Amino acid sequence: MTNSKNIKSFFTALPKNIFAGFVVSLIALPLGIGLALASEVPPIAGIITAVIGGVLVAILGGSNVTITGPGNGLVGVVAGAVLLYADESGLTGSEGMYQGYLIVLAAVICSGLLMLILGFLRLGKLSNYFPSSAIQGMLAAIGLIILGKQFHIMMGNRISKNGNLEYLTEIPQTIIKSFSYADTSLTFAMLSGVISLIIMVFYAKIRNKYLQLIPAPMWIVLLAIGFSYYYELVLQLPNPIHPDYMISGIPEAHEIIANIPTPNFNKVNTFGFWSVVLSLTLIASIESLLSIKAVDKLDPEKRRSNVNRDIKAIGFANIIAGFLGGLNVVTVIARSSVNVNNGASNRSSNFFHATFLVVFIVLFSTELTRIPLPALMAILVFTGWKLAHPSKIIDTFKIGKEQGFIFLTTLIITISVGLIEGIVAGIFATGLIHLIINKNLVHFFRNILKPNVLMFKEKDTNNYYVSVKNFCTFLNYTKLKRKLDTIPETEEVIIDFSFCDFVDHTVMENMADYKEIFRKKGGNFEIIGLDLLDAGSKHPFGLRRMLPVKKVLESTGVLTNRQQLIKSIAKELDYSYTVRKKIETEYLENFIYFKTKTINHTYNEIGKKDSVFKVFDVEFYEGEFIAKEVVRATMLYTELDHILPIFSIHREGLLELIYHYAGFKDIKIDKESEFSKKFYIKGEDALAIQQLITPELAQLLLDNPTFHIESNGYALLIFTKERLAGTNEIKKMKIFANDLKKLI
Amino acid sequence: MTHFGTILTGIAFSPNLKANVFETLRLGSFLNSKVILVHVGEKNDKKEQQISEYCNTFPEFKKNVTVIWKSGNPVDVIINACKDHKADLLILGAAKRQKSKRYYLGAIAKKIAKKAPCSLLLFIKPSIERVPCRHIVVNGLKHPKTNNTIQASFEFANAIGTNKVTIVEEVAQSEVTIKVDDDKSLEKSTLLQEQILERETSRVSVILNEIDDSLKEGISIKSQGIFGTRGYSIGHYAKIQRADLLVMNKPEKSTFWDKIFPQDIDYILSELPTDVLIIH
Repeated sequence: MTNSKNIKSFFTALPKNIFAGFVVSLIALPLGIGLALASEVPPIAGIITAVIGGVLVAILGGSNVTITGPGNGLVGVVAGAVLLYADESGLTGSEGMYQGYLIVLAAVICSGLLMLILGFLRLGKLSNYFPSSAIQGMLAAIGLIILGKQFHIMMGNRISKNGNLEYLTEIPQTIIKSFSYADTSLTFAMLSGVISLIIMVFYAKIRNKYLQLIPAPMWIVLLAIGFSYYYELVLQLPNPIHPDYMISGIPEAHEIIANIPTPNFNKVNTFGFWSVVLSLTLIASIESLLSIKAVDKLDPEKRRSNVNRDIKAIGFANIIAGFLGGLNVVTVIARSSVNVNNGASNRSSNFFHATFLVVFIVLFSTELTRIPLPALMAILVFTGWKLAHPSKIIDTFKIGKEQGFIFLTTLIITISVGLIEGIVAGIFATGLIHLIINKNLVHFFRNILKPNVLMFKEKDTNNYYVSVKNFCTFLNYTKLKRKLDTIPETEEVIIDFSFCDFVDHTVMENMADYKEIFRKKGGNFEIIGLDLLDAGSKHPFGLRRMLPVKKVLESTGVLTNRQQLIKSIAKELDYSYTVRKKIETEYLENFIYFKTKTINHTYNEIGKKDSVFKVFDVEFYEGEFIAKEVVRATMLYTELDHILPIFSIHREGLLELIYHYAGFKDIKIDKESEFSKKFYIKGEDALAIQQLITPELAQLLLDNPTFHIESNGYALLIFTKERLAGTNEIKKMKIFANDLKKLI
Repeated sequence: MTHFGTILTGIAFSPNLKANVFETLRLGSFLNSKVILVHVGEKNDKKEQQISEYCNTFPEFKKNVTVIWKSGNPVDVIINACKDHKADLLILGAAKRQKSKRYYLGAIAKKIAKKAPCSLLLFIKPSIERVPCRHIVVNGLKHPKTNNTIQASFEFANAIGTNKVTIVEEVAQSEVTIKVDDDKSLEKSTLLQEQILERETSRVSVILNEIDDSLKEGISIKSQGIFGTRGYSIGHYAKIQRADLLVMNKPEKSTFWDKIFPQDIDYILSELPTDVLIIH
């Protein structure tokens, strides 16, 4: 029955998905051709990649609204490999390039095989081992590589340099040169590029519904083709753009099928070949995984993608694409987001995007030769600029200087040496920085392999409680992730870092992602125990490490996420908020609970100005003689306007409190037998307490069994557990306290 | 008491001596056992006097205490003494790592712990004053030894006046055979986890039913299932619950592989979360 229902909903959603696929294909067409050209392979290879990827991943994949096709990240590697093998082949010009292309196809097939294996070994998680600043640096480097190379073609100045860096340093020269072309056809080429770039930049800024009907890259294509027809039909003149700067060699559909290239496996026994394969695999996997993760956040139905299945499908698509003359298939973020924005609801839109590409090629392949190359490269320059936007560096530096250092190290090494070297350098830089910050090599190595995450479902509240020990960084983040991934996002999760000395940026960023997903799906993801860790920066994702003891009393001024949430609660209630640690805690000491404990200080206090009602975190030691472990708990204190008997009420077995109240009797409330059975009510003045427990009060307590309540005669102390509370728990505590005060 | 009839501890004249002896004697009097103090090394008057001074603090219990003086390799001396006197429980003290404030078992103690023919109690913070033991965490592994361990825990808890015992069923993560890939598998795996936990809880409740009610009186009993690496996650749990004592089964004889890959007990011994009682 569910099956027929599924089929029905599939068909109802079909028109939407066909439409989304159509819009995506409008971008995929120019992008596919542009990426292929930038990769120094025949332009149709980009379209083949998108078609194979779209069809196969739509059928076999495990994600929902992603689009697959040729990716930005691979341009540098593919182009480099093609040029290298073209040189080695001894042939010149397009002949040599074609030979290089055939070898690259073999590399694509091999990388597809590797990804397939990764998928079967469930190693999609491998990408978790890369520090996020290093990945950001790598992406920025890829952006710069694309931008550096294509900028010159966009300006009508095709040059050939040895290194990525030289392309970048040559940019000013190209700009100067572009003002003085002797050949007007080059100026026209340059103008087509610059105008296209302007369209790309300003398209997003102009909110016009007619303009926005067609994506910017398609506008460029349409304008370029229109321009070409204008010259041909109206002015009866040849196209003024230099023929070298026009797309050439888009074959007819039947030619494509007749001329499927044969991959050349001759280099398979060389080291260089496998380094290309490795680079392709690495980038294709990372780019895909990052895109899948990002698209999952966009998915209106908030589904969880089956990452391993997707990686397998992409690997398989790579193999097929390689045999049919395509490049690496990758999950691509920009096209996927357009897909979501246009109402896609399942994988069929990816399939339709491929179908429409086939239709375009069959019907319009000759028209595409009317597009000037600089116009297409402007699209890529814009993409590269987006990837390497200066704000990325600034943002990374805001998170922390050390993150900026990792970012720059990765970026510089990637551009000047290579991709694999770049990411390896990034990983080493991160590891080194962690060691320098912690100054504790032994601790690191002793604990790196130990399981450091404990998760269980708290029986009384049904919360998931996750505690992390020792340290939590990109090196052991998978351990945490594996646990967190088994929690449905609709649940309440409390993640406690109080036994952690060091939490790095990669983990903080991922925690923020989890938080967002849980929030969107109706659950709650709370992080506690970071308040005492020293932040590396003001940024919420900055790494955090344990403060040296003497500094604990000084506030670092950088609020953790929890502190900020507490602050916002305070604001909502018009309470004041004090982060500072207060050592005036006498008012707590006459509660029986604290009799055997030494209070260090209270902190994170919110309350009314006159301080008769406040919620705070309190840190205390247990036992007078030896320093037992430090305990931090969140408690609520409220003063009353009349005298109460001294008593304590808590649920049976809730806390290990019996010991403290050794001198007191357990008072039976005869009229409220259910209540009396479930709760321990202790106090000296039995009669007064029996009078205090009204049916309404008993009901309130039965409804909120997790609270411990204590009276010292003139004030109440309320808390749930002997640990810090999440902000939701704080809110509940406050509501409960208000209800309670009305009844007492 | 069947499980703790004879308590034996090795003593050396460390700064912790007084606390160690006090803990042992106090425990002996609670459990109503015989106590044997084994001193490794030459006997001399000063030391003898010091020990008898300590014993005098427990005037009523003094008669149950025997002091043995013996020289030799500490590991052999202690192990042989355990065998000779048919000790039921051996008490060892832990060391503290200065920098990280974590407790672990020193090299000699570790050797003794691995060879001991009886139950073991590892104290991390011996104290002269009595520190009440309020919460005991006990492993509830699916293992033939577990029944006995839980039985012993209740005997112990009852004798020293503990109010709370939590039985922790550690389930190896590998038992959750469904890997979470997407929403569907997540749902299935959540269901499976719940089923496993239910099964474990009912298994433990059968064991609990067999325990004499008089032992359970006044103790609030809770059971908690956790998924994780055996031996390690229970330590972590004991730590975050701030338990005072962790009770575990003694592991099987270690094989060649166990020496290469750390086993349950190694995790605990290299980082003691609380006092640990290992039941033979």
